[in-house]
Amino acid sequence: MSTTATRRAATSPAGSAPPPRRRVARRRLGRRTRVALRYGLLVLIMAISIGPFLWQLSTALKGIGEDIYASPPRFLPDDPTLGNFVRVGEVLPVWGYVWNSVRVALATVVLNVVGASLAGYALARLRFRGRKAALAVFVLALLVPGEAIMVALFLMMRSVSLNDSLVAVVLPGMVGALNVLLMYNAFLAQAAQIDEAAMIDGANAWQRFTLVALPSVKGTIAVVAIFAFMGAWDDFLWPLIVLSDPANYTLTIGLNYLKGTFVGDQRLIAAGTVIAVAPLILLFLTLQRYFFRGVNEGAIKG
Amino acid sequence: MQAAPTPWLFLLPGLAACVVFSLYPFLNTVALAFTDARTISPGGFTGLDNFARMADDPRFWLALRNGTLYVIGVVPPLVLLPLLLALLVRDKGPGIGFFRTAFYTPVIASAVVVGLIWTWLLDSRGLVNGTLQALGVLSRPIPFLTDEWLLLASAMAVTIWKGLGYYMIIYLATLGRVPQELHEAAQVDGAGAVRRFLVVTLPAMRTTMTLIAALSAVSAFRVFTEIFILSGDTAGPGGRDITLVMLIREVSSGLDGHVGYGAALSLVLFGLTLGLLLSVLRLQAGRKGPR
Repeated sequence: MSTTATRRAATSPAGSAPPPRRRVARRRLGRRTRVALRYGLLVLIMAISIGPFLWQLSTALKGIGEDIYASPPRFLPDDPTLGNFVRVGEVLPVWGYVWNSVRVALATVVLNVVGASLAGYALARLRFRGRKAALAVFVLALLVPGEAIMVALFLMMRSVSLNDSLVAVVLPGMVGALNVLLMYNAFLAQAAQIDEAAMIDGANAWQRFTLVALPSVKGTIAVVAIFAFMGAWDDFLWPLIVLSDPANYTLTIGLNYLKGTFVGDQRLIAAGTVIAVAPLILLFLTLQRYFFRGVNEGAIKG
Repeated sequence: MQAAPTPWLFLLPGLAACVVFSLYPFLNTVALAFTDARTISPGGFTGLDNFARMADDPRFWLALRNGTLYVIGVVPPLVLLPLLLALLVRDKGPGIGFFRTAFYTPVIASAVVVGLIWTWLLDSRGLVNGTLQALGVLSRPIPFLTDEWLLLASAMAVTIWKGLGYYMIIYLATLGRVPQELHEAAQVDGAGAVRRFLVVTLPAMRTTMTLIAALSAVSAFRVFTEIFILSGDTAGPGGRDITLVMLIREVSSGLDGHVGYGAALSLVLFGLTLGLLLSVLRLQAGRKGPR
């Protein structure tokens, strides 16, 4: 109790203290209303953020016989069907696109998690000449937007005959500079004593990395993995530039193609988008606990 | 001290990736920008010709206009709204985890998917027009996707909608660091929620707000997918909603694309994003200065 007075004296600018009693009374009266207001707002914003997805899902579930342009619009399908998911696979090799996207995304995740943790660990935990220069390379790379180098990247891929391949889709994003810096931040936060103790026990750098350091940055690894997966799965511009053979299309490119071909059938486009977004939502729901924890892990030092 | 090669072995994959796929292509872009290179021929040095060509290219000025409008239209909402969202979901309570995840969902979805969803919502026969017409508010549908200005505004709305959750997370991480004592002290002083927000939270958020302003401004100049999908690859009526990235892609693609000119445009894009970043950061430094 006595600290409150000192705190108040320390932080309160002179003359800004209104009559406290009335304020408190008003706050108590308003408590229920405030909670109701807060949840009202939460539900409203939730409707705005996931409503469009639900509308898309609803369209994808509506059968051919159902009027999707009904006025007033009807949210629930009369006779829900999975037929559109089958049909979209018949008119386009959607499942092949999915497979391409899966391979691209998994490769990107593995390369980023491995490359970024290794580099981040070296920068944060090992002492060597040239460390600052190496750090500067990553910061500089971070400043170059992908859109500004896509022409040169395309020419580069062509000169080594990699364009129009999934390898070319993966390579530019194989170790994101941002991911390296995220891992660097996470490793930096670890207590130096643990490292020293392991060193005294005779552990070499590799052992300290795998046995001591890695297990304690799982949250940040989850963040890197999710960002890498999302980045690869969702990317559009680079695959659009580098891929031309429809057999190599990733899902986003395929969806754009779907739109161009079947403008008439909104149900098929909707089914395609559901196929594209559902795996990501599932992945995120599974990892979200680590994700929100990892976001905080990195932020404390940021 | 480390045995000499070990740290470099750790660094090798990451460093190689950044040098080969980021810094080297950037240097190449700079070199290309001063040539008349085509997709099929390396071209020769032409000095500043590409930049002179830009000055006479009406589409370049359109792209610049649209990018500027995008920054103006998108940055303020993306700085303020996510902060309010973060405040709403900061305190633990029943179902808050669920709301956080829900607000983050648009971030997860690809810009293509988001673009297709909104194309369907904003279509002349889509949900928005359909509902408004059924309610009798409108007699004719609003041409969200076919009018030059409405298309640009729709794309901005989509960008904002998709970005809210991302910046909310950044705010959430920072909000956790506002000393709780300051809040309590202000509360004891009788400051209401609004006043506590203005006096305690907002000043503590200043650095984060600047960071988000910088990030959202930079990405506003790089917008591509939203307009590409909403307009169906036409960049709006008469191509008037073109952006720099769309222009770069257009001039450099094809069998005989003008990659030299594309590279020069890329350099302008790089200069703009870096300039924006530095000026926003300087604004922040200046604000801090007198203290």
